[in-house]
Amino acid sequence: MAGNVSSLSRRGAPVNEATTEPFWVRWTLILVALSFLSLFLVIPLIAVFKEAFSRGIDVYWAAITEPEAWHAIKLTLLAAAISVPLNVIFGVSAAWAITKFQFRGKQAIITLIDLPFAVSPVVAGLIYVLLFGAQGWLGPWLSDNNIKIIFAVPGIVLATVFVTFPFVARELIPLMEEQGKTHEEAALTLGASGWQTFWRVTLPSIKWGLLYGIILCNARAMGEFGAVSVVSGHIRGQTNTLPLHIEILYNEYQFAAAFAAASLLAGLALVTLLVKSLLEWQHTRDRERASAN
Amino acid sequence: MKKVRHASVIPGFGLSLGYASFYASLIVFIPLAALFAKAFTLSWSEFWSTVLDPQALASYRLSLGAALIGALINMVFGFVVAWVLVRYQFFGKRVVDALVDLPFALPTAVAGIALTTLYAPKGWIGEWLTPLGIKVAYAPLGVVVALTFIGLPFVVRTLQPVLEELEKEVEEAAASLGASRWNTFRRILLPALLPALLTGFALAFARAVGEYGSVVFISGNMPFRTEITPLLIVTKLEQYNYAGAAALAVVLLVFSFVLLLLINLLQHWASKRAGA
Repeated sequence: MAGNVSSLSRRGAPVNEATTEPFWVRWTLILVALSFLSLFLVIPLIAVFKEAFSRGIDVYWAAITEPEAWHAIKLTLLAAAISVPLNVIFGVSAAWAITKFQFRGKQAIITLIDLPFAVSPVVAGLIYVLLFGAQGWLGPWLSDNNIKIIFAVPGIVLATVFVTFPFVARELIPLMEEQGKTHEEAALTLGASGWQTFWRVTLPSIKWGLLYGIILCNARAMGEFGAVSVVSGHIRGQTNTLPLHIEILYNEYQFAAAFAAASLLAGLALVTLLVKSLLEWQHTRDRERASAN
Repeated sequence: MKKVRHASVIPGFGLSLGYASFYASLIVFIPLAALFAKAFTLSWSEFWSTVLDPQALASYRLSLGAALIGALINMVFGFVVAWVLVRYQFFGKRVVDALVDLPFALPTAVAGIALTTLYAPKGWIGEWLTPLGIKVAYAPLGVVVALTFIGLPFVVRTLQPVLEELEKEVEEAAASLGASRWNTFRRILLPALLPALLTGFALAFARAVGEYGSVVFISGNMPFRTEITPLLIVTKLEQYNYAGAAALAVVLLVFSFVLLLLINLLQHWASKRAGA
């Protein structure tokens, strides 16, 4: 493949004066890029941690261990623990159907899977309020049967599922497309059952891509603000996730506490980026090894 | 009847497609249909008066305008970042490369309070801008800053793979035929990168138009001045004006759908370019 240029072969190559820029242009561009990224990424990140510890480690510790913060952390973990597996099952079955079979309307389905990314988070929350809220289509029936979805945990989970819906599928579809289906066909011809083929042949070959999708899905699930804010009702100690807890603290001028809670999510973001980069390097290494063989 | 799918030894077509469609309908399509149904419980004239109300119009102007400026900033600087990351070697490049995705990974509420603290009149950056008479936090400029942050990775990440796949031979040929480096860039490189650049721009723009979390903290939320459309939807919802909220949501959605379509066309164009 033309695009598979090894980064190793490029590194040793001498600089070709005809196809690169003069020294001062190169360094000006590097400086511009680094300044832009510092201004928009690094400084805000530093600010989060600096503000979090601005009133000492004791205030920080108290802010993240108080009962309401603790409850928010647990709810955030719960929402992610439900929505990520749901979207993994969806992603795997959608990718299986799309990449292993030929059928009409495939391209349209791939586009539709990305739809939740195009929808404003606020609208994502709103659609569930319209469906399940007190004045919603199913509202009267739900209240007759004593089921609470909006301003309760199920609504938060639903909103989170919606905003993280495409992550796993859109990672798996190109990957499984590239791998084709010859391995599966071989396994099946040799007498393996459908599930055996999936668990022993397909899953091992997509595990890194799957993990990549899960990591991104999880980061969004734990950090979602807009959609969850609309459906949660902001009931302290009950329907507050960590991002909503941050908002309340911030609006009450408890800045150190707000940034302490924010630093937990910023830490999660950094871990996500680290794991993501490790998976990408792993992937390039695998490809280089495969193309070397 | 034309045969829809070819025979295959691989099982599970019905199960996987059936489950995926069922789940997608339940989570995405039926709720979205409910939104349109709700918006059209309004009469035609009620719908238009909600959607074309002066406060709503002011919010579209801000949402679209700020998203457009943010996406333009990202197009220019994202190009430089992608170029530097692909073409040059410097210390810490891998860390910088990983960091570009921060806006995807950092929750929007965290970004919102961090940017507000920095750009507030007494913040690290705000204290330098206030003497110059530049107000960022609690002003329209703050919305631009937040939306630039949110859209930052898109241009970089759509350009990077295209830049990596560009063949050096074309540039060498241009140089050996006597083209200056600037002319090679303008006449050879830029046209090849244009589809990806526009796709990245459109993606950043689409993301920014609907953004809520990072903007509500920094904007100050003053009606007519710093109120974005998603916030206006939330306000209507809090006043129990569900149909009004749904009507504005329909406007936002239709706009996103058009953008999504445009992005698809751009990507199609880009892949045709790359294949040619």
